[in-house]
Amino acid sequence: MSKELIRLVNCSMAFDDELVLDNINLYINDSEFLTLLGPSGCGKTTTLRIIGGFTTPTAGEVLFDGVRINDVPPHLRQVNTVFQRYALFPHLNVFENVAFGLRIPKAEEGGDAEGKKKKKVKIPEREIKERVMEMLEVVSLKGFEHRHITELSGGQQQRVAIARALVNRPKVLLLDEPLGALDLRLRKDMQNELKRIQQQMGITFIYVTHDQEEALAMSDTIVVMDQGKIQQIGRPEDIYNEPKNAFVADFIGESNILDGIMHEDYVVEFFNRKFKCLDKGFAPMAPVDVVIRPEDIDIVPEAEGQLKGTVTSVTFKGVHYDTIVDFKGFKWLIQTTDFHPVGETIGIILNPDDIHIMHKSQYSGMFGDYSSYSEEYDEMDDVTLLDEEDEDEEDERHEE
Amino acid sequence: MKRVSNRIFMGLVFLFLYAPIIILIIFSFNAGNSNTIWKGFSLQWYRELFNSRIIMNSVYTTLLVSLLSTVISTIAGTFAAVGFYNLRRRVREPLMTVSNIPMMNADIVTAVSLCLLFVAFFNGWESFANWFNEVQTVFYLTPKIYLGFGTLLIAHTTFNIPHVILSVMPKLRQMDRNLVDAAQDLGCTWFQAFIKVVVPEIKPGIVSGALIAFTMSVDDFVISYFTAGTTSSTLAMTIYSMTKKRVTPSINAVSTLLFVTVLVLLVTINIREERHARAQERRLNA
Ligand SMILES: Nc1ncnc2c1ncn2[C@@H]1O[C@H](COP(=O)(O)OP(=O)(O)OP(=O)(O)O)[C@@H](O)[C@H]1O
Ligand SMILES: [Mg+2]
Repeated sequence: MSKELIRLVNCSMAFDDELVLDNINLYINDSEFLTLLGPSGCGKTTTLRIIGGFTTPTAGEVLFDGVRINDVPPHLRQVNTVFQRYALFPHLNVFENVAFGLRIPKAEEGGDAEGKKKKKVKIPEREIKERVMEMLEVVSLKGFEHRHITELSGGQQQRVAIARALVNRPKVLLLDEPLGALDLRLRKDMQNELKRIQQQMGITFIYVTHDQEEALAMSDTIVVMDQGKIQQIGRPEDIYNEPKNAFVADFIGESNILDGIMHEDYVVEFFNRKFKCLDKGFAPMAPVDVVIRPEDIDIVPEAEGQLKGTVTSVTFKGVHYDTIVDFKGFKWLIQTTDFHPVGETIGIILNPDDIHIMHKSQYSGMFGDYSSYSEEYDEMDDVTLLDEEDEDEEDERHEE
Repeated sequence: MKRVSNRIFMGLVFLFLYAPIIILIIFSFNAGNSNTIWKGFSLQWYRELFNSRIIMNSVYTTLLVSLLSTVISTIAGTFAAVGFYNLRRRVREPLMTVSNIPMMNADIVTAVSLCLLFVAFFNGWESFANWFNEVQTVFYLTPKIYLGFGTLLIAHTTFNIPHVILSVMPKLRQMDRNLVDAAQDLGCTWFQAFIKVVVPEIKPGIVSGALIAFTMSVDDFVISYFTAGTTSSTLAMTIYSMTKKRVTPSINAVSTLLFVTVLVLLVTINIREERHARAQERRLNA
């Protein structure tokens, strides 16, 4: 089917002895939309910079079309980048920023071994103008071509950065949180626009985000990273439905994660009760993490439930209610369209396909308990209040 | 009450600072031969200046050495700053300190050490040239070289470079590090990226650095005095040697010209910096 284009083999990266990427193995197919997803500081930008050629991994290989490109400088790679903080050229206007790449004479395409001897080709001014204007239209910035970069809003700058990279028609486009500065509405529009461009032009997108919804909506493949390691690679559905460990389960969507014991194939025990599930292949009596998505849980009258609990908080979220239910001290998040008031005792039913079993990992016990669900917000409020008071005091002192 | 005394004090300070220069300027327009008695306005001393070969020669030397050393030190200093910038912090900070020391250093120390260095080099050269001329006869190397315009230029370039580095460095720091990456990403080699993106970004720093370097060169006496030898003389050196004979009002005229030149340069530098600081502020507020 689709052909492999880029491969990272055992790539590691260390800055001053601090391991930032730990043995990354990853391949990216031609015309694929691949997303690197992970929390801040997990090494997403570093991975992109390795593919773009701005940093060389301290160990491992980068292959492009099967050829090792560790030492190929960025300007010779068929890759363009939309940088996390745009990196637009402040001394040029919008048009010249987008035209920048087109104005650099490039060796003719297809020059591999003898590439150096091929003569450099300049794109005629008329074609540059056409392509730039076309691109500005794509990112809805027509009429802005003479604006100075400093006279643009964050979102407009971001779109210039996208146009500047795309206008070169790269084989691979690296996008480092390209929609971070946009409001929700524009963000959704641009998500659709980018996806359309990617499919229409057949470009491979390597997309970085820490927004899991964005990743799920746009990607063919998602790579979940944390602490410099790949936690899971898969299609969005697989990542969501079959998270590999507690970190992935918690990072992608909401999850209740409990300790369980796998009695035998298809039977798991938690809360001192055995449940049917669809997982097998675990050692008998193996301790496991059990994931239950909040939207999979059915609330039933107390008497009919497999488990009973008391509602401790309800938050209206638009389509559904976030209902926190206390089961013997462990608090679950349940998303339901029906309202159940605080204090009501309810029962729940778990079907076998609502229960996902994961091996224990370093992340076990760190996520998936909603005991602190509301308190977290309260604490945050307290902190901000304190900060404001401090500032006020300081201001007064200055005035004296 | 306090304010008034403050003002008087300020006035006194300025009087002490500027009175000598103001008197010098006034008497450069004096009609008579005297430096103390006003005999009416005249431009005779300025006319004399322009007719004096020695003075016009030293003006020429000063301008030439200042311009050349400005160009060389601006280019060298800019590249040095870029080099420093690309170093890791732990290496960069101590190196910057080392590079800044010559600016604080007493001129006389710099001057004497440069002079000694040149003389030591000339001695070495003499032995090398003699040996070279003995072993072959195709090329003849002159064994005797002396202090002169060449050494003057080297000396000026040397003391100018740190000033350029110091004024380029902050502009580099303000620059978004990703700009070079972005340019390379779009097909530039490192050098193309430097010319097309880095230079326009740090241009204000480069121009300020060049202006400061030029001012320093025009202004310099001590280092020139020790490195120019007997064949070249800068304006400052000529003024000094004129005072040794007889203090004529034509010295006032030269000094006035020198003062005005440096003043104009300094005011230009200050206005530029002011304007850029304001532009920066606007950019941040936007
Ligand atoms: N040049 C550098 N020198 C030292 N450490 C670095 C450097 N660049 C990145 N790091 C470190 O590497 C780690 C990963 O950084 P990276 O920029 O890849 O994170 P990220 O996943 O892109 O995060 P974010 O979502 O915040 O952009 C961080 O801990 C960061 O401090
Ligand atoms: Mg990043």
